[in-house]
Amino acid sequence: MIWIERQRAFLDFTLSSLWRRKVRNLSLLMIYALIIFLLSSVIFFTHALRKEAESVLKDSPEMIVQRVVGGRHSLIPISYVEKIDQIRGTSSVRPRLWGYYFHPASKTNYTIMVPEEFSQPDDTVETGAGVLRTWGPLWKGKLYFKTHDGEAILLKAINTMGDETDLVSADLILMSESTFRKISGIPEGYANDLSVNIRNERESQTIMMKTVKALPDTRPILKKEIIRTYISLFDWRGGYVIVLLWGALLAFFIFAWDKATGLSAEEKTEIGILKGIGWDTSDVLMMKFWEGVVISLSAFFLGVIAAYVHVYFASATFFEHALKGWSILYPKFSLRPSVNPYQLAILFFLTVVPYTLLTIVPTWKVAITEPDLVMRH
Amino acid sequence: MIQLSGIKKTFNGGKSNEFKALRGIDLEVALNEVSVFIGPSGSGKTTLLSILGCMSRPTSGRIWLSGREITSLPERFAAETRRETFGFIFQNYNLIKGISVLENTMLPAYPTGMKYRVIRDRAVSLLEKLGIMSKSEEPVEHLSGGEQQRVAIARALINTPSIIIADEPTAHLDTELAQGLLDIFAGFRKEGKTILIASHDALVFESPVADRLISMRDGKIV
Repeated sequence: MIWIERQRAFLDFTLSSLWRRKVRNLSLLMIYALIIFLLSSVIFFTHALRKEAESVLKDSPEMIVQRVVGGRHSLIPISYVEKIDQIRGTSSVRPRLWGYYFHPASKTNYTIMVPEEFSQPDDTVETGAGVLRTWGPLWKGKLYFKTHDGEAILLKAINTMGDETDLVSADLILMSESTFRKISGIPEGYANDLSVNIRNERESQTIMMKTVKALPDTRPILKKEIIRTYISLFDWRGGYVIVLLWGALLAFFIFAWDKATGLSAEEKTEIGILKGIGWDTSDVLMMKFWEGVVISLSAFFLGVIAAYVHVYFASATFFEHALKGWSILYPKFSLRPSVNPYQLAILFFLTVVPYTLLTIVPTWKVAITEPDLVMRH
Repeated sequence: MIQLSGIKKTFNGGKSNEFKALRGIDLEVALNEVSVFIGPSGSGKTTLLSILGCMSRPTSGRIWLSGREITSLPERFAAETRRETFGFIFQNYNLIKGISVLENTMLPAYPTGMKYRVIRDRAVSLLEKLGIMSKSEEPVEHLSGGEQQRVAIARALINTPSIIIADEPTAHLDTELAQGLLDIFAGFRKEGKTILIASHDALVFESPVADRLISMRDGKIV
């Protein structure tokens, strides 16, 4: 009880003490919170993107089969479908048609694709939300395409996919098979790759080996490998940004070191007064500890809350160019809030704890001096 | 009874700027009296008071307070003794700027673990008694010298000490305020407190409130 009353009294004094130097302490708090905000934004963002990628890929086929010619991905004959279908354990095998289309007017690459089912007429397309945003002017609601042999065709945009799938569909244009073949030049009887659904996912490794045995010029890719690639991609991007932020973090610690540790003559005198009127060294250190805790904890919570709002409610405006999308077409979507407590705990121990310790050490140096100096002040 | 035996204090011992502030003080001071240490600047008055008040340790010698030896106490117990037994009134008041009169008054009680409400009530009653309650929420630097002096007195009394140590308490006060302060000291004596004052102000040592004068020069009692 006495301990609680003591801490309450120290905290009370700490707060009024901090308020006396409000310009200095508020600027310190804001810079500190900004650093936490940047770091936790990256953490939240990469974590949410990974979750997003995982959930998007949840329904994707267990295996993709590509054909490899000269060590490179090549078109795969549709006749391969039958051979893979004969392998026990596969539930369905479908050819996939997809590619990229460069639109010179917007200087943007779009992904063009034939969906499993496309019930619309051949002269229509369905587009991702980002396509119409960037395409430029339409002609009577139609998009102008050039086929692989230079012929011009106009396709009507009839449907736009929602923002919720924007991470993967921002640049996507869906069309019928015949239109796709006209634009891409992929001949009849060939596809880009084959998607294979497997009844029991645990058998995927065996089916992969059987596929390679039956069709030696193919390269099967399992879903878990794709997920792993996505995760390492986002981790790499997040890591890249964090490396850049290390500079900022270091600059902050130099600033904090200077502000928190450079006790002014006034502060030294105050510590002398406190000791003179009956505080002992541990009381002074406790007061300084609370000072460090108040600043660093407030900055931590301010930064983390701001980052949460920034990432999940403002689409991470500051980072999206670095962390999501490619080319010049950036997806626009809201991430589902997801927090990794382990990462937050690490951030806490890398920021709050060092700062609090930083503030105590120089105080200790002053606080261990004999209080009689105050008599001579 | 406060007993001092062979108290010496040397600053920067062994260095070229070595200074012997106290050169062997043997003294007995009665409790419940006003004792005034007089002497010129540099005679060792302040050093002796700071050693008496457990603010610093003598280089050699011992002090007993009511039979209890207080010179070799570990830092924590020295601070506790300083807080609970002594109340200090410093020459320059040594109030903490930027915080209110009330908070300044309450400060010495914070480490005691007393309930906040109790500390606050006690501070309010002291400020009322000293006639500065109306300024309790003002930052101390807005107060006049005499008012700051009274805040320093209230602060010195917050832990109800039995001994009050005042170092040149009238140095920044005019005659009227100095007389008012001596009246306050007279009141403390009536309450049974021991008052140790260092001063070279004639108003203090010629005052009837002073029970005993102790002259010092060059670090010795003369």
